[in-house]
Amino acid sequence: MAQLSLRNVAKSFGTVNIIKDLNLEIADRELCVFVGPSGCGKSTLLRMIAGLEEITSGDLMIDGERVNDVPPDVRGLAMVFQSYALYPHMTVRDNMAFALRLAGVSRQERYARIDKVADLLQLRPYLDRRPKALSGGQRQRVAIGRAIVREPKVFLFDEPLSNLDAALRVQTRIELARLHERLNATMIYVTHDQVEAMTLADKIVVLRDGHIEQVGSPLELYHHPCNRFVAGFIGSPKMNFCSVKVKAPSSSGVSIDLPGGASMVAPVAATRLKEGEPLILGVRPEHMKVIGPAGDGPITFSGEVMVVERLGGQTFLYVQATPEDLFIIAVDGDSLVKVHDRVALGFAPKECHLFDHGGTALEQLARHPLAA
Amino acid sequence: MATTPFCLRLLNLQRRPRKRANFEFGHSAMTSSLAKVGFGVFKPKDSRAPRTGALLAPAVGLLLIWMIVPLTMTLWFSFQRYNLQNPLISGFAGFNNYKFLLLYKTLWISIGNTLVLVGSVLSLTIVFGVLFAVVFDEAFFGRNIARLLVIAPFFVMPTVSALIWKNLLMHPVNGLFAWITRSLGLGVVDWFAQAPMISIIIIVAWQWIPFASLILMTAMQSLDREQMEAAYLDGARGLSMFWFITLPHLFRPISVVVMIETIFLLAVFAEILVTTSGGPGNATTTLTYLIYLKALLQWDVGGASAAGVIAIILANVVAAFLIRTVARNLAD
Repeated sequence: MAQLSLRNVAKSFGTVNIIKDLNLEIADRELCVFVGPSGCGKSTLLRMIAGLEEITSGDLMIDGERVNDVPPDVRGLAMVFQSYALYPHMTVRDNMAFALRLAGVSRQERYARIDKVADLLQLRPYLDRRPKALSGGQRQRVAIGRAIVREPKVFLFDEPLSNLDAALRVQTRIELARLHERLNATMIYVTHDQVEAMTLADKIVVLRDGHIEQVGSPLELYHHPCNRFVAGFIGSPKMNFCSVKVKAPSSSGVSIDLPGGASMVAPVAATRLKEGEPLILGVRPEHMKVIGPAGDGPITFSGEVMVVERLGGQTFLYVQATPEDLFIIAVDGDSLVKVHDRVALGFAPKECHLFDHGGTALEQLARHPLAA
Repeated sequence: MATTPFCLRLLNLQRRPRKRANFEFGHSAMTSSLAKVGFGVFKPKDSRAPRTGALLAPAVGLLLIWMIVPLTMTLWFSFQRYNLQNPLISGFAGFNNYKFLLLYKTLWISIGNTLVLVGSVLSLTIVFGVLFAVVFDEAFFGRNIARLLVIAPFFVMPTVSALIWKNLLMHPVNGLFAWITRSLGLGVVDWFAQAPMISIIIIVAWQWIPFASLILMTAMQSLDREQMEAAYLDGARGLSMFWFITLPHLFRPISVVVMIETIFLLAVFAEILVTTSGGPGNATTTLTYLIYLKALLQWDVGGASAAGVIAIILANVVAAFLIRTVARNLAD
């Protein structure tokens, strides 16, 4: 339906720069998710696209046309708000009809379009109710329906699921994914929820302090984060980090000294590294293993288990791997490890990430097959 | 009925007599409406709710006496031949006080005047209140001071504001308005002689617009900004935003303003006494002022009490009407 591009877009409130010189292309029919910590500017960026915030400089293009100065209702966008922002004094039908009514669409056509959307979202029985008489999930559907009725070029979602309870959130997330497939629409989705980002997105944009840290498919960000921030932000629980030193760089990887005295070879591009240079090693909790006494792999760390969190299917161990670093290790729920046990840890060299002192990732020699 | 708590029965009792004061009215609307609105509060949600009747009884009982004694006295006096100037006139009057009043043209004129005054002031305060609420919701330089100024007339005593309007603004010789029209060569309007009712309406509206503005301004602050943004994205601008989003949002606070103002406007007195004294003729004699005329100028306590009872009935007719339309709205 529509392709959207942001060119050197910036936004400042007085002297405070919220969005700094941002470039982004969103392809037709793509579901693009903006994630980032709170205050990173993701909502502001969405509101700029919607036309609720003025763009200080740069161009916002929809289908190759500059729309900076086009009023929001003419841009052909529809937005779903976090609080749904339904009109409380109107019935569900009038809520959905509002934009069409203001646009001068005839009553007959309005109702025909609403009926179609109501069937799509199973809202038929509620059309004559007020929002107050609906449950949270139904209100959410009305808000989405109100957007769909307008047949917009681009859908904007501002944390649409954050007011729903956990079970409903999962269900609505699945409905949204199916809706995206059925409508074949371009969608931009803001969230701080990783699971939503990973499951829904065709493309994730990680934002921090008003600029883009990385753009890519969910698995690309997971397997090949381009810096330490993205590595720490994507994935739950968070990636473990510790300081290491370069022992010997080579063309097939780099040999590094680990804090516990062990060493290993990491398969990353290491041509520019010098011996003794400090690096940061990152390993995800789910890639670390507790190694039994039989010895099924090289031991890289060992330490005392400080906390055990048993979730049932999975257990998280908090291990004091070095005097400074508390590592989180995700192990099987049936693990017999107890608090204050000493455990040995290991991980496959291909699962490790190395970052230079500036936080930039050293490129891995082999790409992950799912993130090619 | 067995599960009805004591307090509920008390409230029922309290609602029946409705009226307490002798020579003033208006508050009756409040008591009866509060009783109706409060009704649901005391109603137990389920049978496990504890019985609180005995605990409430002292307070409710005191209020009941507070109300029922003056009411009974008013009713009693209204059936007496009782004039303070002549102690020899006494005894039971039957319905003569009422008969005399109801055949007295001034009563009907004063009822008409009361309705005109209350109706016009209500419409003016709602229109200007909404206007100010919307205007002062926009951010502009000096907004807080402007808001304060809009509220300010409310702090002026009715007597003082009536004097200011009478002597400084509307006076045909010394008044500001006369000076302006004379400077423009337009001649002079003698407000209280040529348009007495309109003058009173202007003064009372000036006093009550701040109240409406205050309530509606605070109501504007509770208007969901995301809702306005959603409407903005849907294409609502200016007038359509006002009509479809702002006004429906203000509907409930407007109901509150109408209800509260009606109670107080029925009792408007000082403004009339200070400016026109009910005249010229009886052009600005309201029911409240008529009671004053009867009681404290003609010293006819019996007739004034009868007028008071009629005022109670009128206030309750208005109150019942309001509650039917407004309270349902509030409960919605």
